[in-house]
Amino acid sequence: MNDMANSIRTGPDDRGHFGIFGGRYVAETLMPLILDLERHYKEAKDDPEFHAEIESLNKHYTGRPSPLYFAERLTEELGGAKIYFKRDELNHTGSHKINNCLGQILLAKRMGKTRIIAETGAGQHGVATATVCARFGLPCVVYMGATDVERQKPNVFRMKLLGAEIVPVTAGAGTLKDAMNEALRDWVTNVDDTYYLIGTAAGPHPYPEMVRDFQSVIGTELREQMMEAEGRLPDALVAAVGGGSNAIGLFHPFLDDKDVKIYGVEAGGRGLEGEEHCASLTAGKPGVLHGNRTYLLQDDDGQILEGHSISAGLDYPGIGPEHSWLKEIGRVEYVPVMDTEALDAFQMLTRVEGIIPALEPAHALAHVVKLAPQMDKDQILVMNLCGRGDKDVFAVGQMLGFDM
Amino acid sequence: MSETRIDRRFKACAQAGRPALVTFVTAGDPDLQTSQAILNALPAAGADVIELGMPFSDPMAEGIPIQLGNQRALAGGHTMDKTLDMVRKFREQDQETPILLMGYYNPIYVREPKKFVEVAREAGVDGFIIVDIPAEADDELCIPALEAGLNFIRLATPTTDDKRLPAVLANTSGFVYYVSVTGITGANIKDTGRVADAVNRIKNHTDLPVAVGFGVKTADQAATIGKDADGVVVGSVLVNAIRESLDDDGKATDRTVKAVTDVVADLASGCARARSA
Repeated sequence: MNDMANSIRTGPDDRGHFGIFGGRYVAETLMPLILDLERHYKEAKDDPEFHAEIESLNKHYTGRPSPLYFAERLTEELGGAKIYFKRDELNHTGSHKINNCLGQILLAKRMGKTRIIAETGAGQHGVATATVCARFGLPCVVYMGATDVERQKPNVFRMKLLGAEIVPVTAGAGTLKDAMNEALRDWVTNVDDTYYLIGTAAGPHPYPEMVRDFQSVIGTELREQMMEAEGRLPDALVAAVGGGSNAIGLFHPFLDDKDVKIYGVEAGGRGLEGEEHCASLTAGKPGVLHGNRTYLLQDDDGQILEGHSISAGLDYPGIGPEHSWLKEIGRVEYVPVMDTEALDAFQMLTRVEGIIPALEPAHALAHVVKLAPQMDKDQILVMNLCGRGDKDVFAVGQMLGFDM
Repeated sequence: MSETRIDRRFKACAQAGRPALVTFVTAGDPDLQTSQAILNALPAAGADVIELGMPFSDPMAEGIPIQLGNQRALAGGHTMDKTLDMVRKFREQDQETPILLMGYYNPIYVREPKKFVEVAREAGVDGFIIVDIPAEADDELCIPALEAGLNFIRLATPTTDDKRLPAVLANTSGFVYYVSVTGITGANIKDTGRVADAVNRIKNHTDLPVAVGFGVKTADQAATIGKDADGVVVGSVLVNAIRESLDDDGKATDRTVKAVTDVVADLASGCARARSA
């Protein structure tokens, strides 16, 4: 590892910036709240008991460490680099989202908050939040775009079973960004008792840093597991980016290892020419939304666009600010993958390895399919398999013309 | 900074022994032509200071009425250039009434804040109220605005405690906008007595006028709040009046402009009697 002076792992600065990205762009009503959150998070970070509690829950509740799995048949099929999966889809609740939710709910309890709110797109973060709220006995309100409520019914029912109240948001196009707006409106109204549990590594400082720290368990475990399996670090890392929390969790512990190539895979939707994609880093430009400066899909007048992806979990017009910075400094290469490529990869993994992935990591896999054959057989590639595909089976069946 | 139109207007209202009536409408709502007619009619109806909303796709601090106003404007193809044009046209008839642009940072950020400040000043804008730039980011837009001789009005809220107030007020000029509730625009004020306490708390920290907004809906409320406050801000009630005047297709009718000016006149009467009781 490099020394601190040359490290790119030390961000953000004390104003929450990664280069020009990040920051705290919120209404004055919320400023004292996020400053308070920052103070409490700093204290918790230095408290061994806080870490011990997270570790215990990770182990006994989530099922960590998640396995590192050598995908032997896929490696043969693609005929290049050795392919490993970090299997965060085996976590309790079916994705990496639980890593962040456990950390934040413990923080909320430390702060004496008695009510939890969250936003959700596909419902994975909503389910993870409702789960930890049930586990810790706190009331939970989940804001979800009305369009998403309609197309993600199984997750809506799951959240209700877990005791959460679901508020469908009809403003705008009724998707994730509108749900986030509504959650912010709730927070600004209920400033005393409410904790806003943001699901991705975005939003005002300290959320991008905090969510990254909680998700970094993915990359930290991987380093150890890879040393055990191969006696060396991997040559390449691949992860899907929507808001970017699973990706930053995988990448961050490796940022200073210059020989490790890192790829973030964005939702290219139906192609980058029009507006039917969510490739904020490839096709967007810097702007300010939801508390941070970052790459955004927007028109020339600064109005935010809706975006499209086959995967509701990638359907967000922004991206975590640290990713924007990692793109600018060239440390991570961000590439788009189309809906159809993700759908092909989804089926391929199911047939070749007997693993049904979520549509989000199916995007990452589509890039692995392109990348692995260009690499040597003695090279190692690791992909974060950040979610399982049970939630997507119905939608994929419809897209493939199967009579559901 | 030398005396601005906003300073002069608040001084004049104070001399007249009443609070200033600060009115908010969204530019381009419900359409460009009607919105211009509303803007031009505001001073005669009793508005002392005008906040012109810059429509944004994601107005996070707004309640339903102003969210819908933003959507109507954007659906009609409204842009920032058109907002600035509205100010230019207004200035052809009125050189005294201050206009503030109010809204969110991104539509300004994409135009580069320093350039935007210049263009806005030339159009006849007097200052800005930007919801999502806290004092911690004053260097981005607030300082360039002050350097161009424009006011930057900052919001103080019930969560802004005495420790934080000096930082919030440091670069504020023109007036201080006190947000009367923790919540979104158009919320209900629960206790006007607490608002008076808050206004006086802020006045201990500054000589600037203090205007109160978020949730003022009636002439009586304007009269009560205007006893202590130097200004009363109204928005949602005007934007609601626009919505209620529209036809079944959401288009403006010949009632639309009058619907707004009637409400403004009523609220102005509340301001006029605020300190007579």
